[in-house]
Amino acid sequence: MALEDTRTLRFFNRGPSAVARLVFFSVLSLLLLFVDARYQYLESTRQVISIIIYPFQRLTALPGEMWDGVTSFVTLQSHLVAENEQLNLQHDADAAQLKQMESVLSENAQLRALLEVKQRAEYTVQAAQIVYLERDIFKRKLFVDAGEQNGVQAGRAVADNNGVVGQVTRTYPYLSEVTLVTDKDNVVPVQVVRTGLRAAVFGSGNISELELRYQPVDVDIQVGDELVTSGMDGTYPPALPVARVIRVERDPAYPFARIACVPLAGVDRHRTLLIVSGVPTLPPRPAADDAHGTTVPGKKTSRRGTP
Amino acid sequence: MRQQMSMDREFLLPASRGFILASFIVAVLLEWLPWHGMALVLRPDFVGLMLLYWCTHKPHRVGIGIGWMLGIFVDVADASLFGQHALAYTVLAFGGLVLNRRVQMFSLKEQSVHVFVLLLASYGVYALVHWQVRGYVEWNYFLGSLTSTLLWAPLTLLIQTLRRPRRNPNEL
Repeated sequence: MALEDTRTLRFFNRGPSAVARLVFFSVLSLLLLFVDARYQYLESTRQVISIIIYPFQRLTALPGEMWDGVTSFVTLQSHLVAENEQLNLQHDADAAQLKQMESVLSENAQLRALLEVKQRAEYTVQAAQIVYLERDIFKRKLFVDAGEQNGVQAGRAVADNNGVVGQVTRTYPYLSEVTLVTDKDNVVPVQVVRTGLRAAVFGSGNISELELRYQPVDVDIQVGDELVTSGMDGTYPPALPVARVIRVERDPAYPFARIACVPLAGVDRHRTLLIVSGVPTLPPRPAADDAHGTTVPGKKTSRRGTP
Repeated sequence: MRQQMSMDREFLLPASRGFILASFIVAVLLEWLPWHGMALVLRPDFVGLMLLYWCTHKPHRVGIGIGWMLGIFVDVADASLFGQHALAYTVLAFGGLVLNRRVQMFSLKEQSVHVFVLLLASYGVYALVHWQVRGYVEWNYFLGSLTSTLLWAPLTLLIQTLRRPRRNPNEL
């Protein structure tokens, strides 16, 4: 008996037993999990801890940044001259196009005024550097170095020079979490450029693929079709490129065609991203009134997966 | 016999509070490096391994409470749900405490087998929570437990070398 006691004493010489502690902390974790998954109470705690660990996180991003600095420092002069030449050429071409664009814009404004269509608000962009990439293979997320202090709000669209990259899903004082369009079940309302068909594109969890779901087998979509944001939901500004169709499988055995797309933006390539702000706020959605609405019962199911 | 003695001595080596804290900070920094693509899939769970090391070697100093707190910090940094890593590390630390008496009798190779089972349990808890909340599991996530296991022996050797007192060069 005495031996038992000393052994117990040597094992856990202070506090409750290991099993008791296991149960206590497990229940605590489960409680936190439940609260975090269901409610938003813990966001402030998260923010406080994020400020504490922010310097460490920046420290881990340092080797990559230093490597970039070194490589840009030791770039050959001939390379720079060639690049400069190319950029000048590009600039001339762009300037010519911009002139054209200006005239088209003014013409468009005039036509819109004539037709009394509401002006599309201009949106502004804000550049932000990627601090680090996703650290959990379950998620397609990354962090950029602009946060609440820089005026970023959750829900903002994030793009690069080629198209939509994702959406800001959580903001910290100095960082923002961006969920990529390729995150599993992430939805972007889109429009097919060629036909104007509205649809929704879903993330597949795979870094280089998106799915266009809920389209009938005989839908008019071809390989190579470009998808742009439709601007329907007020989150994404209209007409930002999103994806290109790479594969269409029409199997009559299934109700829907299987359409795979590849994201146009360099979802996994850049260091600098653009956070789009100032998207026009839409008028509030009227309350759904199914019982006495004008919809005919039985014909409610829309064939298109309109967002 | 001689080896047994030296192993016992290894376990009695001192470890200051600062050293333990520093080892955890290094583990966290390693985990936060910008891992990407396949490297991310194969990334060992440095924090989990370090926690397991201290739980098996200094169970009075590092236990379930510290594992839980580490988990909370990792949860915030990884933007995972609050308590997800905390729960996984709680289970891992408990396994380490249970293993503590046994692990001293085994060679590093035999220890690795035990460690693999514990890590698998911890990875399983994490994936289970994710499956409950989001509804799917990425199976190649479990590859990380394999690479972590392979890292157990080098990590143990490294830390014990660091913990060993410096010999006085003037000593005979």
